[in-house]
Amino acid sequence: MTDRLETAANPEGLNRVVIEPLTRVEGHGKVTLLQDDDHHIHQVRLHIAEFRGFEKFIQGRPYWELPVLVQRLCGICPVSHHLAAAKATDALVGCEALTPTAEKIRRLMHYGQVLQSHALHFFHLSSPDLLFGFDDDIAHRNIFGVIEDYPEIARQGVLLRKFGQEVIRVTAGKRIHGTGAIPGGVNKPVSGEERDYLLADVRQMIEWGQQAVELTRRIFMESPDYHREFAGFDSNMLSLVAQDGAFELYHGGLRALDENGATLFDHADCQDYDRLLHEEVRSWSYMKFPFIVKAGQRDGWYRVGPLARVNNADYFPTPLAEQEAQSFRELDAGRPVQASLAYHWARMIELLYCAEAIGILLEDDDISGTELVRRGEMQHRGVGVIEAPRGTLFHHYEINDDGLVEKANLIVSTTHNNQAMNEAIRQVANRYLDGKELNEGLLNHIEVAIRAYDPCLSCATHALGKMPLEVRLVSSGGELVDRLVKSPAGEVAHGS
Amino acid sequence: MADKIRIATAPLAGCFGCHMSLLDIDERLLDLIEVAEFDCSPLNDFKRVGSADIGLIEGGVANTENVETLRDFRRHCRILVAVGACAVNGGIPAMRNQFDLRDCLEESYVNGIGVENPMIPNDPEIPLLLDKVHPIHEVVKIDYFLPGCPPSADSIWTFLTELIEGRPVSFPYTQIHYD
Ligand code: SF4
Repeated sequence: MTDRLETAANPEGLNRVVIEPLTRVEGHGKVTLLQDDDHHIHQVRLHIAEFRGFEKFIQGRPYWELPVLVQRLCGICPVSHHLAAAKATDALVGCEALTPTAEKIRRLMHYGQVLQSHALHFFHLSSPDLLFGFDDDIAHRNIFGVIEDYPEIARQGVLLRKFGQEVIRVTAGKRIHGTGAIPGGVNKPVSGEERDYLLADVRQMIEWGQQAVELTRRIFMESPDYHREFAGFDSNMLSLVAQDGAFELYHGGLRALDENGATLFDHADCQDYDRLLHEEVRSWSYMKFPFIVKAGQRDGWYRVGPLARVNNADYFPTPLAEQEAQSFRELDAGRPVQASLAYHWARMIELLYCAEAIGILLEDDDISGTELVRRGEMQHRGVGVIEAPRGTLFHHYEINDDGLVEKANLIVSTTHNNQAMNEAIRQVANRYLDGKELNEGLLNHIEVAIRAYDPCLSCATHALGKMPLEVRLVSSGGELVDRLVKSPAGEVAHGS
Repeated sequence: MADKIRIATAPLAGCFGCHMSLLDIDERLLDLIEVAEFDCSPLNDFKRVGSADIGLIEGGVANTENVETLRDFRRHCRILVAVGACAVNGGIPAMRNQFDLRDCLEESYVNGIGVENPMIPNDPEIPLLLDKVHPIHEVVKIDYFLPGCPPSADSIWTFLTELIEGRPVSFPYTQIHYD
């Protein structure tokens, strides 16, 4: 845990290198590096360069709009925002516990969401790096290359994602930006017909989920030392856990462990999140830097998402995922796994869990129940927390007596990983780029490190326009020393 | 085989949902790449638009880089399409237009809950925000508008297949109703 490479001591004398936009991640970001004349790297930063201002412009809107409005932060994991906002509005309408039908339908929707998002991330976006190598030909290093070379893997990825999207459509009415969750419950049960439709595919999805775990495990274990070392560093981990410490995605208490697995806090009440976590602003990014207050601004940063959740959970409630999690935990003999690239493996264990959990819920008669909504006395403050595909997501709203929003605070999953992603690219830059002449394959190493976190830069304050990938070396005197340009056909050329 | 149709896609100030809806054509993606190939898109690592038959734009225009990208797409795409509410009319991000930009920034970085080191990020690496969020037709000429938030996968599919096959584009009612 170090500030190494965040800020160069004497930036004036250094050459600036830019990677922009980052691709095969959701949304946009860019990376800048500062190198000296011998190519030694002095500064590396991941910038999130767009701002949307949701926290302001939802002020004055009625609270019941929140679940459908705020999900427009992100079209990749809209259900996470839909449900986190719905949970916050449950608190606003004084609903202390959902009806069993409402809770199970929301869980079904959520598991469908995590499954589709994980499938998208692994198969459509990241698998090309892992199957073809980080410096594979740029024209080939994408999902269309996977379709060509590994049609069966690509087909499974497409169909896994489709299944998750269909679970969402059935429970939310629409695949993207649905309307299923409302303050205090849900607006429709699952019919017998819908249930049979989804049940028909569950077994196949579980089987493909197992194969996906096996694939990521095998890739990692092919060169475990390299995969541990690449963008590897120690950090704290934060996630929700169930009351008994089980893996949990929808509702629970907050658990934070340090890099050795020692407890920082456990089963903390989500309503107190603002006393546990603060966010630091830095001038060079629209994405804030959260930290655990107790551990301090410097050492209190942490990771969230699949790696943190699999590390933090005592066990998985479904048998096949638990079996896989056990072998995952053996990787570092019980110490929390710290490798950035192990995110992919952990992500597929979660995908398998979701497939199993969807199967269990579809067999549960409660999902066809008719008691859908509960309400109590109106409240002024509501906090909703959920484990989104990319990690813990916080929505906090305050409303006035007329039910209009007065204040809002959102901490999205990707933001928690801000410091971690910066650490990851600094480690990679230091190890693989330092002292070298740049080329496209080397630069992709930086993006591979970022992709492991599956950042949703849409969520994280969101997207920028596209710029050419152009890497410029500018001397301290402001003179252009070298220029690398990636052409539309993917060739990288030196030019001036 | 005849040359494939080249499709380029870009997300501006949107939520990526329109791109996700394109992927929601599911297995038809495998059919699509029989007749089409992708120029620059967030799905591959081409960072800049080369030359495309169809350019699909998601999102409105919220900062100076959105403007550059959009102009670049207009220059290099034969047919340019506004996909989804944000591109068509600014969508939800344009809700910030009723507020002062400074107030929006201060709400997040100065007056926010649990904020340490309050300041508005101002590094030169961060592009300039526009005062207001604009629909893309205010910046360049647009050939087709595909409404919806997002447009459904079926309507995107109908649109692409009719366009590629050279027919006038028309939708059954079920594909264009909103929510
Ligand atoms: S139109 Fe809707 S789905 Fe498309 S980018 Fe805008 S908010 Fe997202």
